[in-house]
Amino acid sequence: MPFSSLSHIQERLNNAETTAVEVAQLYLNRIAAYNDTLNAFVHIDSAHVLAQAEASDKYRAEHGARALEGLPIAIKDIFCTQHGPTQCCSNILKDFHAPYDAHVITKLKEAGAVLVGKTNMDEFAMGSSNETSAFGLCRNPWNTDCIPGGSSGGSAVAVAAALTPAALGTDTGGSIRQPASLTGITGLKPTYGRVSRRGIIAFASSLDQAGPMTRTVKDAAMITAAIAGHDSGDATSVADAPGPQSQADWLAVCDQKDMKGMRIGVPKEYFVEGMDADVRVQVEAALKQCEALGAELVDISLPNTNLAVAAYYVIAPSEASANLSRYDAVRFGHRCDNPEDLLDMYTRSRDEGFGSEVKRRILTGAFALSSGYYDAYYLKAQQVRTMIQQDFLTAFESVDIIATPTSPITAFKLGEKTDDPLTMYLSDIYTIAVNLAGLPGLSQPCGFAHDLPVGLQWIAPAWREDVLLGAASAYEATSHWYNKTPQAFDQPSGGET
Amino acid sequence: MSWEVVIGLEVHCQINTDTKAFCGCSTVFGAEPNTQTCPVCLGMPGQLPVLNTLAVDKTILTGLAIDAEINLESKFDRKNYFYPDLPKGYQISQFTIPLVEHGHMDITTKERGDRRIGITRIHMEEDAGKSMHEGLEAVSHIDLNRSGIPLMEIVSEPDMRTADEAIAYLKNLHQLIRFLGVSGADMEKGQFRCDANVSVRRPGEALGTRTEMKNMNSFRFIKQAIDYEVMRQIEVIEDGGKVVQESRLWDSVKSESRSMRSKEEANDYRYFPEPDLPPLRVSQLEVDNLKAGLPELPHQLRARFEAEFGLSAYDADVLTQTRELSDWYETLVATHPSDPKRCANWMANELLGRLKEMGSDIANAPISPEAFGKLMDRMADNTISGKIAKDVLDAMMNSGISADTIIEEKGLKQVSDTGAIDAMILDIMAANQGQVEAYRSGKDKLFGFFVGQVMKASKGKANPGMVNQRLKELLQG
Repeated sequence: MPFSSLSHIQERLNNAETTAVEVAQLYLNRIAAYNDTLNAFVHIDSAHVLAQAEASDKYRAEHGARALEGLPIAIKDIFCTQHGPTQCCSNILKDFHAPYDAHVITKLKEAGAVLVGKTNMDEFAMGSSNETSAFGLCRNPWNTDCIPGGSSGGSAVAVAAALTPAALGTDTGGSIRQPASLTGITGLKPTYGRVSRRGIIAFASSLDQAGPMTRTVKDAAMITAAIAGHDSGDATSVADAPGPQSQADWLAVCDQKDMKGMRIGVPKEYFVEGMDADVRVQVEAALKQCEALGAELVDISLPNTNLAVAAYYVIAPSEASANLSRYDAVRFGHRCDNPEDLLDMYTRSRDEGFGSEVKRRILTGAFALSSGYYDAYYLKAQQVRTMIQQDFLTAFESVDIIATPTSPITAFKLGEKTDDPLTMYLSDIYTIAVNLAGLPGLSQPCGFAHDLPVGLQWIAPAWREDVLLGAASAYEATSHWYNKTPQAFDQPSGGET
Repeated sequence: MSWEVVIGLEVHCQINTDTKAFCGCSTVFGAEPNTQTCPVCLGMPGQLPVLNTLAVDKTILTGLAIDAEINLESKFDRKNYFYPDLPKGYQISQFTIPLVEHGHMDITTKERGDRRIGITRIHMEEDAGKSMHEGLEAVSHIDLNRSGIPLMEIVSEPDMRTADEAIAYLKNLHQLIRFLGVSGADMEKGQFRCDANVSVRRPGEALGTRTEMKNMNSFRFIKQAIDYEVMRQIEVIEDGGKVVQESRLWDSVKSESRSMRSKEEANDYRYFPEPDLPPLRVSQLEVDNLKAGLPELPHQLRARFEAEFGLSAYDADVLTQTRELSDWYETLVATHPSDPKRCANWMANELLGRLKEMGSDIANAPISPEAFGKLMDRMADNTISGKIAKDVLDAMMNSGISADTIIEEKGLKQVSDTGAIDAMILDIMAANQGQVEAYRSGKDKLFGFFVGQVMKASKGKANPGMVNQRLKELLQG
């Protein structure tokens, strides 16, 4: 275990006890040692990582440290980067090089971060187990026979196995929180519109949001502070968003040590059958601990919860069916050999380039939007979405925050659900509603079941990441789960610090 | 029994902004292929549209000019179809709630007089790129310079009943759009393209099955295409057949249309709200401000020219065809207010005629309204006759020299001296005594002969009014 957190590294760097190059080298060594087993990274350019670290050390010496000076952050393969390939773990984008950085990548660079390679993910972020990746499955470091969750599985595994101290993920229906939960780390999905989507390969535009995957709540706040903010290049990024603004604001909310006076809503619909009994025990224990910290637990109802998955699997595929039309083999990406004509080029290139889950969703979406079905599917799903938003608004009239399990189960075995998409879709049963409502959500480790991590999900009103981070910080301060590293990967390689 | 023709028109009009609808790329026409593109209009992964608000303002302005309602909240939608010159695989358009609805346009035709044509809606959308197949073997080329250029689609009600009405509507619309400065509307550059929906029916019956004639960019072709289509449909029905709902393409070389695709083959565009763009909200204040800045419109200008300057409907129409023309005329009468009708007449006939011959237009006229006005003054004060004035105008346009200088240098000043005119008349009478006798014995028609002789003798410079008057007196003897 090289460092306990991003802030730990920052402290050491600030005290000149180490350098960005040393830190980068240490993680590169761990990647070299463990990535073959885990397949968390699909692309690493060690020389480029070291060059960034060197430049960061130089910058620090000359100008002083920026917010994330010298801190390594891994990047999900969905973020466009000028350096190296951006492939969304799909064959249709094999060897694609974006001529631009995503807005958040630019912001991380401006904050002095060292970007560490591209992490594995479900193809086009469509999946809950990282098994739809075209570049091989990714293993859960707590049990390498298990999935890490998805779609940001590679980012989660990289952080959980300490191949990087932090990573960026994206969350459309739980793709940050669910893998964070299944790998025992912290993952934050900000309020929709808090973080620019420009340069992030779109899955479902009205749901996608980027966020940090870290070892601690404070680390999540640090990264969010750096990537949040209005971007005039993304019409859905919100100008003058309320909530913390400066790095100091974001860190300050993490100083919360208790929950006195906090009303925590516990929705009955999230504690129902189908939920693993051992998971339930852990989550309820965590809630008890919150009570001990001064919080008041309030039974609430989010009556339309059971409709969320169905609505999501109409809306997200509908948007995806259009978003993925640009992969048409005309300007970039995979093109089949010797197409006979235009139609053959389209169909064969897309058939060869997309995996089966992506095809399933494109077809589902195209069907839901087609003439004669639009009202019954897409429009109905949007109505459900409004009802779900309303459920949360009503709930937040009486509580400050909502706590739920992040996932009904712990990490399952690789291959266990690949033939059963519907069961797979239920993995996100507790996370999807948060995306539909555009709310901020956070998952943090709260125990173990079956020797696998269990996650606690916090949901706050829109723009109240401060409440979210405050509650999670207070819980974290009295728990030790965040500090665990899977034993098989606990041997620091390349030098103890 | 007669047939009634029903025509509705959809006009795609390029909005003249410097940058594209959703990115910062230039819209200048004629650049090297694919040099005016960026990741957004190339449809690269992760790229997002940002709406050009100037294009919004210009669409609102157009809506206000046709007395339409402006929707303070409208929506963008994605129109999905695959084509190589459509980079994203969808076009950003407005489907359910357009920016502009319920306007109208008044037209006049000889056959049917004054009529009001409803305009259903104006919505904003982006253009696609251009595919090139001609002269290429086994490949096609794509130019995406046009991809993402802002368009407004102006959709009429099926209110037109003749091809002439359709053309009158299009011409009025074309003129209006250019007056507003919202589009270059250059038809040759594809900045004003028309789809015509045509059907026929027996009067009083329900609407017949329509066909759509796609993408025509000349008034002449549109008229030909509509006339052809009407004939074709009538023939089909009279032969006992049924008109098939389909899109047809006009072949201007063969002067015939052919089927592009039938309704069965038509795309299902799978429209849905564009999630990358929030609803388009405009405030009433913004609309009011745009309304306050609305220029005088062609029909208002025409009416004013007739009332204020006493112009004929024809001259008023000619001089309000473009803003450049009406501005030129207004400058002309402002500096030479004495005879606005003469100014109009001379500008419409003599000046514009000459410019047309030169292949030029008013914006590139070699003389200024002020210089032209001096010429008008010289006619008004009888320095020269109208006939001489035409020669002077020729000289002015060739040389750029002022009317006064030309009149002076070429000695063209009109002879209005009674003594000199009398002397010429008496000489001519002496030389033509036979004709004088004949005239005096009742051959009135010979009067013209004497006028001609005097004008010839004076090399056209004799004041025609005085020649007439003195001739009458002297011939009477």
